[in-house]
Order: sequence, then C-alpha cells, then structure tokens
Amino acid sequence: MHARNRTIPIAASSTHNPALEYMTTKKDEFVGWARKFSLFPYPFVTACCAMEFMAVSSTPYDTDRFGAALPRFSPRQSDLLMVVGTVTHKQAPILRKVYEQMCEPKWVMAFGACATSGGFYQNYAAVAGIDRIVPVDVYVPGCPPRPETVIDAIMQLQDRIARQPHPIVTRDF
Amino acid sequence: MNAPHDAPLPNPVRPAFDTAAEGRMIVNIGPSHPATHGTIQIIAELDGEKVIRADVHCGYLHRGFEKECESHTWHNLIPYVDRLNYCSALINDFAYCEAVEKLMGIEITPRCKYLRTLLSEYSRLADHLTCIAASLMELGAMTAFLYLVMFRDWIYEHLATLTGARVTYSYGRIGGLACDLPEGWLARLDEILARYDEFVGRVHGLVDRNRIFIDRMRDVGVLTTAEAIDWGYTGPILRSTGVPRDLRKDTPYLAYAELDFEVPVGIKGDNYDRYYVRMCEMDESVHMIRQLVGMLPGGPINVDDRRCTFPEKRLVYGEIESLINHFKLVIDGPRVPAGEVYSAHESPNGELGFYLVSTGEGVPWKVHVRAPSFVHMGGVHRMLEGYQLADIVPTFGSVNMIGGECDR
Amino acid sequence: MEPAVFADLRARLPAAAGAGVAHGVLVLTLGRDDVVATMRALKDDFAFDMLLDVTAVDWLPQTPRFEVVWHLYSTTHKARVRVKTRVDEADAAVDTLAPLYNAARYPERECHDMYGIRFRGNDDLRALLLYEGFVGHPLRRDYPKDGEQPLIPMRDPSRPA
Repeated sequence: MHARNRTIPIAASSTHNPALEYMTTKKDEFVGWARKFSLFPYPFVTACCAMEFMAVSSTPYDTDRFGAALPRFSPRQSDLLMVVGTVTHKQAPILRKVYEQMCEPKWVMAFGACATSGGFYQNYAAVAGIDRIVPVDVYVPGCPPRPETVIDAIMQLQDRIARQPHPIVTRDF
Repeated sequence: MNAPHDAPLPNPVRPAFDTAAEGRMIVNIGPSHPATHGTIQIIAELDGEKVIRADVHCGYLHRGFEKECESHTWHNLIPYVDRLNYCSALINDFAYCEAVEKLMGIEITPRCKYLRTLLSEYSRLADHLTCIAASLMELGAMTAFLYLVMFRDWIYEHLATLTGARVTYSYGRIGGLACDLPEGWLARLDEILARYDEFVGRVHGLVDRNRIFIDRMRDVGVLTTAEAIDWGYTGPILRSTGVPRDLRKDTPYLAYAELDFEVPVGIKGDNYDRYYVRMCEMDESVHMIRQLVGMLPGGPINVDDRRCTFPEKRLVYGEIESLINHFKLVIDGPRVPAGEVYSAHESPNGELGFYLVSTGEGVPWKVHVRAPSFVHMGGVHRMLEGYQLADIVPTFGSVNMIGGECDR
Repeated sequence: MEPAVFADLRARLPAAAGAGVAHGVLVLTLGRDDVVATMRALKDDFAFDMLLDVTAVDWLPQTPRFEVVWHLYSTTHKARVRVKTRVDEADAAVDTLAPLYNAARYPERECHDMYGIRFRGNDDLRALLLYEGFVGHPLRRDYPKDGEQPLIPMRDPSRPA
C-alpha cells in the first residue's frame, strides 16, 4: 500500500502513546529499508528505451548495486513495474492487467518520455502517458533517458519508499 | 484505491484459431514477455511440447509513424525515422535522407559519403551486438550478454560524443550531417576497435562449440532459400540459408563499392547459422570501418545547396537573404519536388526501404517504410511450427524483430 | 545506367511498353484487373522473385482516390519494379497476391487496416497493426491524426490512485 491509500494504522484509534508511535516509526523505517533495497522490477518493455534498460542493468551502471537488478517476469513476483517505452492503446489492456496482477506493495516507474507523456507520438495510436492507465510513482524523462537518469529515478523512488508508512496489519487487511 | 475493472479487459486481437483439437492445448505467449522483444504475441497450439500452429500478432507498438510524418516537415520527421530500428538508428537516418536527396536531385559531399558509410557500419556493429547479446541472454548465457553490452556501451558513449545522444541520434540531415567529427573521435574509435577481438573472442570461446548451445540452435528454425525469398526475407536471415544477397554488394550505395569486404553466408538456414552470420558480419564491419578511417577525405559535410542546408549562423544574423532562407527552411521545410522514390539500404535486419511521395511541399504526402522486421513477422510462423515450445525463444531471438520497425 | 532487364521488360512485357524509370525503379501503371497477370509474368518470365512491399496512397480529393503500390525485386537481375493501380473509394478492392508471393500477406493486412483497401481472395484481413474494435482507417487523409479510440477507460492522471 502506498501513501495515497487511506489506511489507518492500528495505533490511530488509541490515545496518543509516544512509545507505541516510536515503535511503529521504527518498524516503518526498517520495513522501508528492506523494501527499498530489494526491488524486483517487472520490465514491461516495449520500445527504444529497452536499449537503455539493458545498459542500466549491465556494467558500468549496474542496478544490482541498488538491489534492483533481478527482474521477475511474473507480476506475482515483482513489486516495481517499470514501463519502458511507448504504450499504445492496443497495449493498454495488457498493461492494466499486468498492473492489477501485481500484489501490494507495488510501485510504478514511467521510464522514458513516451511512458511519461506519450513523448512526441501525439496521435491516434499512443496513450499520452501511462498515468492514464495506472498510477505512477516516478517519471523518468529522456528519449531515451541516460542510465544515470534511471539510477537517479531508482534512488528517488527508494527515498520515497523509505519515507512511506508500511502498515503490516491494517483495517483493509 | 486500486479498484479492479468490473468488466473483463477487452482482447485487442482476434486469434486465427481458438479451439484446440483433441489432446492439444492453446497457449498465449506475450505481448509482455521477456523473450518476445517487447511486443509480439504468439498464440501457439501445442501437442505436448511441440508447436503445431503458431499465430503471430504484432502491432502492439504501432505508434502512427506514417500519420505523424504527414504533419511534420521533411526535416522535422528525422527523429521519428530514428526510432524505427532503434538499435541502429543511424542507418535509418541515412536511408531516409538519401531517399529525400534522390527526390531533390542532391549529391552529398565526398566527406559526407564516407562518413555516412563509416557510421552505418558502426551502427550495424551496435545492432548485431544487441541482437546476439539478447539472444544469448535468453538462452541463459548471461556472461556473454554482459561482455557484449559492455562493448556496446563504449560505442554508445562514443557516438554520444559525436551526436549528443546514445541511442536515437537524429544525426542525419537532408544534404549532409548534423555536425562534423570532434577532435579525437577517430583516435577513440581506434581504441574501441582494438578491443573488439578480445570481447568477441570471449563470446566465441563461450558459445561456438558449446554442446548446449549447439543442441539448442543447430537444426532449429530451419528456413530454405526458396521459402525465404517467397516470404520476403532479406538480410542475415536470407544469407544464413546460403545465398550471398546483400544490397551493399548487389546495388552498391554510399561508398560500399570502394570497400573490400565479404558477405558471410550460412549453410543450413537455422538459428546457429543466423548467429554465426551476424558474428562474421560484425568482423566485416570492423574491417570496413578500419578501411574507411583511412579513406575519409576533408571538406564540408553539408552540400552547399540553399534548398536544404541551413546557411551559416553569422550570415543568418547578418544578411536578409540568409535570414529568410533559414526561416523558410524551418517553418515551411525544404521544398522537395513532386514525385516518388523508393530507396533502400542494407540495414542489419535486411532491406530497409523508404517509399516517399512528394507533392512539392515542405511537408511530405506520404512516408512509407518497408521495414524488414515487419515482413519477417509474416513468415516467422514457418520457423516456429514443428519445433518445441522452448525453441520459440532462440528462433525469435535470431530473427531480431525490432518493434519500432515492425509496427511503425 | 539502368539495369538490362528494363529494356527486356519494355520489349517483351506489354504492360511495360514505354514505362518510365523513377530514380532507378521501373514504374508500371496498370488497370486494376491487369495486376495479377502482370505480376505472374514478372515472377515467372522475368525472375522478379521477391515482393518487397504493398502499400497505398490516398490522393484525396482526387478521384480515383486510392493508388495501390507494389514493389518487386529480382535477386538475379538486382533490379526493382514498382507496379501501381488506382481504385475508387466506393470499390476499393484489388486482387490478392498471396498465392504468388507469401510475402504479400502481412503487408496486405496492414494496407487494409490503414486504408481500408480490400484484397480479394485474401481471407485473413484481420486487424494487424490496429486492434479489434477500431473503427476507421487512420492513414486516410480524412481520419483525424489524434482520433484516439481507447480500448479501456482512461483514468484521470491528476487524481490519486
């Protein structure tokens, strides 16, 4: 669950208990640390950005240093949906299906100009940004983005994951 | 809240068959699949592990290239052209620019001609490296992938010092090139090529006589020459069947007529031959680049023709004629005389042709790409049917389908 | 300096008598009903063994509106030929070349998708680059460039998940 969901941690209904809040904060930090350094990307690769995705996974850029190298080609086993390249209207139901098949917690990276906004394909075929299909956590500009930009995006996403609350038991659950 | 769709998601394609015969099973592979290079969907009818029928669907990356081109000037659409075969974007640029130059009756300068040839071969090297790296990775040979991608990364960085971009360069211009070689570019080229034998030698050593590789690739995905020509195959796939058809030799363009190179051919038309033909073509490309470095003449890279070449900046700011010329070129686009042209280059996948129709405006009437990958997809089911399910992966990898080119 | 086979074609193929050359490619302009016979002659008698491409041009507002264009290549003569024919919007159909060249199948499907040209005899004209449910033919000049037809409802990107 990411920050946009309205989930109420168990402590909220009880009275202000600083000790309990300290423990939940520390728990969130610990779980956040574990989750941010063990990202399993699902490379939803379509177009030219795949070249830079291959480059960023290999030497010398190496996402393995960030714990984000091992791709999982099943949405059930991955938590970071990297949409790499243009998504067309024909591909849109597939993207939606893959996103829905992923379990919580999950994050989405819009890799490249086409995934971010449609790029310069403003026509009948391309979707003008994947945030029209799935909610996006980090947008990576570039056509295609340099590997350093992708690493910056992964680091920013990791900061965001670290700062999020990570409820283990929630009202929804 | 991530509310799931209430209605089931629509199916974008209509399969050719949706009921399997007794004892058989229909399986869907793709279009989001690591080994279908992004966006191909294969609906296969299986008898156990054997593929009986395969229905190949492309179009998931159809980005409306032709429609976009009809609303951009002849110059402004060069970035769209780049993103066709994005593994070797320079070849797309030069093939397109040459088609427009034919329509305009422009002859490029000698330096431009040799430089375009050199960069075409450099791009071919990058494309074959990518294809082989990806196919080997899909077979599990991760080490070979890392070696080849590391070498390819040097090529990308090197081209970035020339063009400003690593993957999609937009470097070709009608009548020439965007800019000339910077200081030290050729020295760095020599350094990179000096390490070529080492890296590719490692891959040869890991894979060529590897029992597992041979078992997976030999006699898999076999195509005969007659079949290949009937289904429109060109490039390394046609050459792997044994015929030395190569546009660089058959209908030479740019500076290829002056170069000494061979056309490698295969013996059986199977996956192993396609892999080996590409490895040999990389060797030939390096040989050609080394020759071209010695043949590069001096002089300007852009033809001195005000119909397409921007005037020098100081003249644009200094005199009204150049200002108007620059303005017209940017706003209206270069005026290409009415007519049509079909011009083809030998891209790493085969015959890459541009069919351009002009009505005399600065904006094209039609820009059509004869994309080798698209034509190859029409016949790839012939290479999949009769083989195992697991053979789909290496066969597909050896066809080198590039989505941008296939779906346009 | 044109390939020798062009002179041979002009001499022996009636459809090619007086045909012009456009930037190295011999151009034959035919009536719709002559296409298959000419193609068969080109393939069987003149060794044009490879069909490169099938496409169309929309000449709106001219009539006949569509021009279907085929490109052939001979691996023996190393030469190219372009065959063109015009069809009306009302009856935008030509005969398929699939029995002659299997390479025609996918390009004909694409041409049908993009322009709406029917290829008589090709029974597999399913959507190839477009998708099931797409209405219209986008490369026609009167189809708007940004005429999106979403398959699934688009969400509002400014709202949170």
